[in-house]
Amino acid sequence: MAARGGPSAWLTSETPASRLQARAVRGYLAWRRLRRNPLTLLGIAILLALVLVALAAPWLATHDPLAQNLDGRLLPPGSPGHLLGTDDLGRDIFSRLVHGAGITLTIVALVALTAPAAGLLIGTLAGYLGGWVDGLLMRLTDIVLAFPRLILALAFVAALGPGIENAILAIAITAWPPYARLARAETLTLRNSDYISAIRLQGAGTPRILVGHVMPLCLSSVIVRVTLDMAGIILTAAGLGFLGLGAQPPTPEWGAMISAGRRFLLDQWWVATLPGLAIFVVALGFNLLGDGLRDLLDPRSDRP
Amino acid sequence: MAPRAGAGRAIALAARLLISLAATFFGLLLVTFLIARVVPIDPVIAVVGEQASPETVAAAVRELGLDKPLWQQFAIYLGKVLQGDFGTSVLTARPVLEDIARVFPATLELATLATFLGVLIGLPLGVLAAVKQGRWPDHLIRLLGLFGYSMPVFWLGLMALLVFYGQLGWTAGPGRLDVFYEDLVPSVTGVILLDAALAGDWEVFGNALSHLILPAGVLAAYALAYIARMTRSLMLEQLGQEYITTARAKGISEARIVWRHALGNALVPLITVIALSYAFLLEGSVLTEIVFAWPGLGSYITNALLSADMNAVLGGTIVVGAVFIGINLLSDLLYRLVDPRAR
Repeated sequence: MAARGGPSAWLTSETPASRLQARAVRGYLAWRRLRRNPLTLLGIAILLALVLVALAAPWLATHDPLAQNLDGRLLPPGSPGHLLGTDDLGRDIFSRLVHGAGITLTIVALVALTAPAAGLLIGTLAGYLGGWVDGLLMRLTDIVLAFPRLILALAFVAALGPGIENAILAIAITAWPPYARLARAETLTLRNSDYISAIRLQGAGTPRILVGHVMPLCLSSVIVRVTLDMAGIILTAAGLGFLGLGAQPPTPEWGAMISAGRRFLLDQWWVATLPGLAIFVVALGFNLLGDGLRDLLDPRSDRP
Repeated sequence: MAPRAGAGRAIALAARLLISLAATFFGLLLVTFLIARVVPIDPVIAVVGEQASPETVAAAVRELGLDKPLWQQFAIYLGKVLQGDFGTSVLTARPVLEDIARVFPATLELATLATFLGVLIGLPLGVLAAVKQGRWPDHLIRLLGLFGYSMPVFWLGLMALLVFYGQLGWTAGPGRLDVFYEDLVPSVTGVILLDAALAGDWEVFGNALSHLILPAGVLAAYALAYIARMTRSLMLEQLGQEYITTARAKGISEARIVWRHALGNALVPLITVIALSYAFLLEGSVLTEIVFAWPGLGSYITNALLSADMNAVLGGTIVVGAVFIGINLLSDLLYRLVDPRAR
């Protein structure tokens, strides 16, 4: 080996000296494999750009996203001062898109944190305890899975009232069952392993075993699934916004923006087209990353 | 001895399926009932109005059964739904079940044509991707699938309208028929294509088809992506088996190996995939129907939702859920029927 010492050797060592180094080596090797696929890199780039845009929105936006200007209604893209044109109330579409990035990111982040956490808890409980707990929880999972997701989310929003918080809640309520199934399957293979018996003999209680020793091992497959689902979450949230059940006007949510531009579609195409392009690019980013991650962890599996 | 054991197993299996079906349907009804309970709309005020006297309100509470314990209310609700009584729609002032029977054929027409197109194009694409695994056709098809999964269905619908109806004028616009053609053929099945064909009126048929092709095409794009992807992975599994090597060694043509031997075996699990995609299209049509002003179940549920017509929303949810459960069960049964190993 030419390179001796230095960060590269430390990161590829076959005999890590500490737990930190072992983790760093594993992460670095995964990154090296991930990096080989240009499409995955494109996905990562799109998502990084999304996060940057969301963070820098106040500085990137050229106008106040809510400021109306009825003299400058429905200006086409490329108009002076309005890069992507204006909507029916004369609001700058570029500024609204930039501010919408944060909203999309918030929705995805909240759903991606709550639904898998609930699914992980239910799945590991069912798998580890077995017996009637397993039967009851899996029955519940099957029932929610048997529902058409969008319709169930619609019914929940109808009951709770339209709004972005309720849209997030409705999506999370319909999104947890696949994670529960996944976590249960993983737990079943772990449940009888020697290291679990060893911890139990040392006197660890069920909560400690589940949280400290079962859940971390279920995490990687759940994370891949979450990444693949994120595009779906974005599309569902946009769909609820489009139906007028998600974020309420004048919030610059992309789905709601398409809905507003729909009325002028044939004459002023840009009002509905541009927010849709934004949704498409972001969803594509998540799909590309998810696809790459799945190949990395399991080249044979396919999306159900 | 053996046949009796087989019959016993079949009965046990049927019983298990029935119990799980009943439990799932019970859950569906319980959830819809609970959703109706947490709605912020007060059902009493909705019936008697805001200025009713306390006596009227009390009478309405009794009449609606709201003074009974929750489990009793649920039992009453269960009994009604099982008799097909979903209550009356506030919006149309007709029984919800009647409304649903009127709008459902439109959704069925859309989802069926979309599934047909999806299989017709998606299946060969999936086979092609599997045969050319790792080469450019495979990558191209995979990329197209990813593109499809990333597009909001309502946006794709709007873009299709903009291009094919607005710019090129190749197809008809939103709706099921031009106003001029409405009510020209008697409604027998509710599916306009069938009705027009039955009446022998090909002009109406053509107009209906030119209205149908865009929404069905948009939905088909999603079915196609899913079917192609699953076909690819199922075909790859088959092509790696030893019987394929044997067939090659015997000198059977590659086309025959791919289309007869491998696809023949991959078709069994593909039935489930196609059934699932059909079920998803029935629900996924909600947004598409809104974009294309298609008077189907999705439009019905959404419009009911926006005007807080809870009976209609819950009735529609139950029907879609029941169809969903039914298709799942049917594909399960079909799978066991076709695959001798699953019997």
